[in-house]
Order: sequence, then C-alpha cells, then structure tokens
Amino acid sequence: MASISMTVNGREVSGDAEDRTLLVEFLRNNLGLTGTHVGCDTSQCGACVVHVDGEAVKSCTMLAAQAAGSAVTTIEGLAAGGELHPVQKAFHENHGLQCGFCTPGMIMAATDMIRRHGASLDEKTVREELEGNICRCTGYHNIVKSILAAANEMGGAQQAAE
Amino acid sequence: MIPGSFDYHRPRTLNEAVGLLADHAGDAFILAGGHSLIPMMKLRMATPEHLIDIQDIGELTGINVAGGTIEIGAAVTQAALISSAALADACPILRETSLQIADPQIRNVGTIGGNVANGDPGNDMPAVMQALDAEYLLHGGGGERTVKARDFYEAAYFTARDESEILTSIRIPVPAQGHGYSYQKQKRKIGDYATAAAAVILSVSNGNCTAASIALTNVADTPLWAQAASDALVGTDLGAAAVTAAVDAARAITDPASDGRGPSEYRTHVAGIMVKRAIEAAHERAA
Ligand SMILES: Cc1cc2nc3c(=O)[nH]c(=O)nc-3n(C[C@H](O)[C@H](O)[C@H](O)COP(=O)(O)OP(=O)(O)OC[C@H]3O[C@@H](n4cnc5c(N)ncnc54)[C@H](O)[C@@H]3O)c2cc1C
Ligand code: FES
Ligand code: FES
Repeated sequence: MASISMTVNGREVSGDAEDRTLLVEFLRNNLGLTGTHVGCDTSQCGACVVHVDGEAVKSCTMLAAQAAGSAVTTIEGLAAGGELHPVQKAFHENHGLQCGFCTPGMIMAATDMIRRHGASLDEKTVREELEGNICRCTGYHNIVKSILAAANEMGGAQQAAE
Repeated sequence: MIPGSFDYHRPRTLNEAVGLLADHAGDAFILAGGHSLIPMMKLRMATPEHLIDIQDIGELTGINVAGGTIEIGAAVTQAALISSAALADACPILRETSLQIADPQIRNVGTIGGNVANGDPGNDMPAVMQALDAEYLLHGGGGERTVKARDFYEAAYFTARDESEILTSIRIPVPAQGHGYSYQKQKRKIGDYATAAAAVILSVSNGNCTAASIALTNVADTPLWAQAASDALVGTDLGAAAVTAAVDAARAITDPASDGRGPSEYRTHVAGIMVKRAIEAAHERAA
C-alpha cells in the first residue's frame, strides 16, 4: 500500500492503493470517477482513454503509480461551469452515440486529436486516428461527423480569438 | 485483470536504476511504456517482484542527429519518433514504421527501447534496426557496451541483454543521402501485430542498386536480417529477376509458427509479398 497523489481534473487528490493498481481502477474505485470505462482491459478498445499530462493514454494499461505527480483529465473534467465541452456538444447534436459505453473514450481521443490537428482535421485523418477506439453500436459514421463538427467549431473559435 | 503484486520504484538517475537492478537481481524488470509488460503481467506471463520505472531518467530521452550518427534515447516514445522533423529528414523509415505500430494512444506511451528490448518477434522495430545496422547501448554495473541489432536477438523473449543491464540508447548510422526505404506490414486488423512484415533500405546509382539491406518481422522466433536476399539485389537493375531472387532468398530463411495469424506456409508466402512490395516501394523512392 502506498499513498498516490496526482492532479485530477484540476484538483489535487491522493489515495491509498497497492503498487499494482491500474490508473483506471484508481480513478473509478478510489476517486469514484466512473465516467472512464473498462471495455476490453487489453488496451484495444479505448473505452478507458484519459489524458495524462496532456496526452491521450489507455488507463487500463498504466499503473496509477506511473501517473503519480501528473495531471490527469477524465471525461468528468471536460465540461466547464455546467456547459458541455464543444466535443461533448457535437456528439450530442450529431447522434455520435447510441449505448454510450465507448463515448467517454471516444471524446477523450477526439479532444486529443483536435488539439494536435486543429481545424485542418479531415475525415481520413479522423478515421485513422480512431484506430484505438472501438464502438459496437454506431458504425462510426456519426462519431466521425461529430469530431469533424467539433474540430470545425473549435478551430473556428481559435481563429476568431487570434 | 490485475497484475500480481510487486514493488514499484521510480529512480531519478541511471546509476540509481542500475543499482536497483543489481539489488534485486533476477526479480526486477524495467518498466518503460508498460504496453508490452503490463499486458503480460495481467496474464501472469511475467511476474516481476520489482518494477523499475525509468520515466524520470532524463538521460534516456532525446533524439540527436550529428556526425553521420542518429542517437535515440531508449525512453523516446513512438509518438516522438513520428513527430521528429530531424528523423523525418535523416531516416524516414522510422516514422513509416512507427505509424504502423498499434494506435495513437499506445504510441503516446510505447517507447523505442521497450520495443527493441522486449524480444517479442512480433515487435516491428527490431527488424528495422537490423536493416539499418543499428547498435544498442547497454549500461550495467560493469559499465557500458554495445551490441549490434543483428546480434541481439537469440529466441523469443531471449536477447543478448543481461538482466542487470539497461538499454540506454540506440545508434543508427545515417542512411545514405537519397536512399530508398519501405516498411511493408500485413496485419489482420488495425492495431494488430504483423502476419509478416519486411523492411528494405537501398541505394541506386545510374539505375544500378549499389547497396541493399532487408530484414523480416514475425516470421521466425527472432527478427531476421536477410543477408542473402540483400546481396541478391546489389549490382542489379532491381528488375523482375533480381526481385524474384531476393524474394526467394528471404522466403528460404523464414520459419514462422502456425497460429491465429495463419499456417506457416501462408505466412512465408505473405513474407515474400511484403519483401517484393518493400523493394518496389524503396526503389521508387530512391533518388
Ligand atoms: C494492443 C496493442 C497492440 C500493439 N501492437 C504492436 C505492433 O503492432 N507492433 C509493435 O511493435 N508493438 C506493438 N505493441 C507493443 C507496443 O509497441 C509496446 O509499447 C512496445 O512493444 C514496448 O514498449 P514499452 O515502452 O511499452 O515497453 P514495456 O512494456 O515497458 O517493456 C517491454 C519489455 O522491455 C523491457 N524494457 C523496456 N525498456 C527497457 C530498457 N530501456 N532497458 C532494458 N529493458 C527494457 C521491459 O522490462 C519489458 O520486458 C502493441 C501493444 C498493444 C497493447
Ligand atoms: S479498457 Fe482500456 S483499451 Fe479497452
Ligand atoms: S455507442 Fe455503444 S459502443 Fe459506441
């Protein structure tokens, strides 16, 4: 048992956990942040994607101890002041989900890819970038549409600000 | 699944890490990105008592291209290889290969050191390192030594690295200006390991192949440097006869397992196709 500390969604947190505790368990069990899902548990489906120090990672294949001292963002950390994040809003408006199980990971992967590509994201790139996220329901079509819509809005907003 | 119990260590220096490896001789594993090791620990295929996380060791990061040599720190991630402008210029096969490994989130954490030290014949970088004639720097209690990628792999998960050593960096001779390159990989689905894959580096002058190096992934229990296949190209015009001779020579050294990726004969067949495509793509790119 060790005390593990990190910043999660902007808040300093710590919890006692065995060294073998996975980051996803720490988030779900120690912190009660159950928005991050476990699908495959073998780093293939992407339901568990969170950001660690700004980079998208699969939290089922990272130890909580590896993320100690880091800044972690989960799906719960995206909406600000009761307003949905533009990617969440785009998934809502474009029917980017059905059962919703894959959605937290999809949205965390999407915000990471929009951060890297900005408004220049095209459909081919989105589809390639979704290699590590599996959806059993939607056929991906509306997920791709949602991400492109969000990239457009966020990229446009960025340009307007500049 | 939860891995078995272990003690987690996070040293800040290379010496501290080497000391920990020595203190726990045989019971300690290096933890880099963890994307090969943690899945194996979940399945109890690896049961280390101590994990030594190298993420805080600054000496293991960095990409340097100088004096005809590329040096890449063991902890450099696949994502960093993809975004390096210096590498895209000096040795573009590294980017081409990295983009064919797993998916974006895994590439954000998976390291080049972990990929080449792991010893899984399915890893893609080892064959590329053999094609490039890279060498690995190993640091242990007794000091530093280098081992060529072509001499490093002994059997599946057995390498020339002593368990008391850390792989600190990889040195690659900068390939000739205008060289052609290609990494061709057949996989069953996105994010899968290769059914068979081939790396080719070659140079062409006045229509003639002046140098060639071919290596194969996942068609034996180690990566294979295909020396006879490479030699079959040198001095030719890279026409159909030369390509066939190289493909035959490459196929002759394969010994793939029959498994979920297909029967042995099929995987040898696919290896031949990958070699052919990689030679053709490299030829087209050579200036
Ligand atoms: C779903 C999935 C798909 C994948 N697909 C592919 C693929 O198509 N191709 C491919 O090549 N890989 C693939 N990988 C593996 C991935 O690229 C790994 O990240 C990589 O093989 C290992 O790098 P790592 O940094 O994660 O190493 P770790 O998992 O941390 O370590 C792997 C092994 O190397 C040892 N090690 C690590 N660093 C050092 C060092 N510096 N010195 C000494 N020993 C060290 C460790 O002790 C361990 O035994 C896949 C992984 C997953 C989960
Ligand atoms: S639960 Fe982590 S990738 Fe599927
Ligand atoms: S919406 Fe059901 S798995 Fe994607």
